[in-house]
Amino acid sequence: MTLRRAVFITGIVVLCTWTLVPIYLIALAAVGGRTVVNSWPKPFLPPTDVSFATIREFFNISGVWTSAFYSVEAAVLCMAFSILLGVPAGYALARFVFPGATTYRLLILLTRAFPVAILALPLTVGFIRLGLYDTPFGVSLMHTTLALPFAVLVSASLFQAIPRELEEAAWVFGCSPLRAFLRVVLPLALPGIAAVAIFAFVISWNEVFAASVLTVRHKTLTAYLLSVLSESPLHVQFAGGFVLIIPAVLFIFFVRKRLFSMWGIATR
Amino acid sequence: MADIVIDNITKSFGSFLALERVDLDIADGEFLALLGPSGCGKTTLLRIIAGLETPSSGRVKIGGRDVSALPPRKRGLAMVFQNYAVFPHMSVRQNIGFGLRMAGAEAAWIERQVARAAALLHIEANLDRYPAQLSGGQRQRVAVARALAVEPSVLLMDEPLSNLDALLRLEMRAELKSVLREAGTTTVYVTHDQTEAMGLADRIAVLHAGRIQQIGAPAEVYAYPATTFVGGFVGSPPMNFLTLSVENGRVRLGGLVLAPPAGTRVQIVLGVRPEDLQTAGAAEGFPFTVRVAEPLGPHIMLTGETLGRPLRVVVPPETPVQVGVTMHLRPRGDRIVWMDPDRGVAIGHGEAAKLGTEAAGD
Repeated sequence: MTLRRAVFITGIVVLCTWTLVPIYLIALAAVGGRTVVNSWPKPFLPPTDVSFATIREFFNISGVWTSAFYSVEAAVLCMAFSILLGVPAGYALARFVFPGATTYRLLILLTRAFPVAILALPLTVGFIRLGLYDTPFGVSLMHTTLALPFAVLVSASLFQAIPRELEEAAWVFGCSPLRAFLRVVLPLALPGIAAVAIFAFVISWNEVFAASVLTVRHKTLTAYLLSVLSESPLHVQFAGGFVLIIPAVLFIFFVRKRLFSMWGIATR
Repeated sequence: MADIVIDNITKSFGSFLALERVDLDIADGEFLALLGPSGCGKTTLLRIIAGLETPSSGRVKIGGRDVSALPPRKRGLAMVFQNYAVFPHMSVRQNIGFGLRMAGAEAAWIERQVARAAALLHIEANLDRYPAQLSGGQRQRVAVARALAVEPSVLLMDEPLSNLDALLRLEMRAELKSVLREAGTTTVYVTHDQTEAMGLADRIAVLHAGRIQQIGAPAEVYAYPATTFVGGFVGSPPMNFLTLSVENGRVRLGGLVLAPPAGTRVQIVLGVRPEDLQTAGAAEGFPFTVRVAEPLGPHIMLTGETLGRPLRVVVPPETPVQVGVTMHLRPRGDRIVWMDPDRGVAIGHGEAAKLGTEAAGD
């Protein structure tokens, strides 16, 4: 008790504050209207006259719905690609011994080491040549690159947690390797794979830089808001930010347990 | 039903030789135990029979058919894994019926087989539960039932009882034996527990460092080990080995004079089981000084030394024993095994020894 516990509780409070206060302030500004945004100090409690007028105003900005649709399109594609590429790669890392497996594991993480800003110009040129420029599909490819390291590593740890004997038992009792994977391994890994999918979706949904660079007219929601909201009044900007945060926070909340498995911590 | 022929199997992992030129014929309906310490290659051999491991060279035949190139599912066998490998996302019923479902059997037939296998292993009450809700012993039964439900021609078991507590193990052992005898399945059973192997098997193959040391009926392996390793590994306490000098075709140990098998040797190893030593007079026995006496119930185990060499003796429980006392012992003539001291290989037993005692008598 006492000191250890005090440090523990303080840590929790600090971390919660760190995460929750910005979200709270954004929410406050989004529902509080013009007065709250400009007032100082900020009211601690939500204003009594909570109004969703600002948020409604935000949704009435022309192009918001279209770009939201592009965002969903890019995010769904990113999710699909991450699963289709990341899960088999994770399976291979977990089950097969091949030269350079450890190096490969590290290299996967290194893909995140290149700043998108440096890649932006060559990517743009390349995408224009390939006819992918200014399409949600092109954006989803870029986002897949960002999400893939997580997809591969998380699914590798998922498969590692499934005993090899279960698969071998399936082989012995009449399954081909593919059938054994579908009947035994996949059902056991499914919750984790769902978490990987949602995580890929959120990465794509939140990503703004690559999306801004790679699109002109078919902008995803984040990229669109970046260009439009800079001219809007402050409280509408907050409303936009708030609307963007909600899906991500909800998703992360639902998959939070699964994300730990990325670090090899067993979650049962 | 099928016999198994293991033909000159070698398996190496990198520079490590796990199995070296292993030959083994297992008859149809036979229960063969692969016995050996951990790391001796017994599990590797089992996995090669199953098709889960590819041998470096050699072939496996099941029922006269060369299955070396076939995947596990085409070999017509079933397996019980050491950690059971019961599918956690399926109910007990689905687990037991898994093999038949994969083979595309009719629902009614699957239902019948599942009921039969479950009844055989007394898990009918748990059919609709999930493995997480079962105890270790129950999961073990599910794994065996799953293997029996497909009515395999060959059943492979990898230390299936090693995760159970002692009492449950004893119980399952007896049940397994009766169940498998009834089914008449050719069984290969991997274990490091020599009592398990002795109790269950028709024949035991003792493996050590990737080589088969001896194949034979349990009683034969126990009484006449082919190598010093087998004598030391099979039986608890292990066999006693005494290295003796040969002079004029005789060996002498205290008052005991024996004639080893003919041959020009300087030294020879006498192997004798602790329970095959009997008390004798000082004139025809060798002295044995008791250091520790352990009354184990059915018998007393004595640890001590004879002429500076360690020795274990098992005597009946009513024998009067005192620590520190020197008694005289002689081996039962027909139970002696003679070993080559350099190669550790048996070179004779029984009759030769008997001759020796007669010769010593006159």
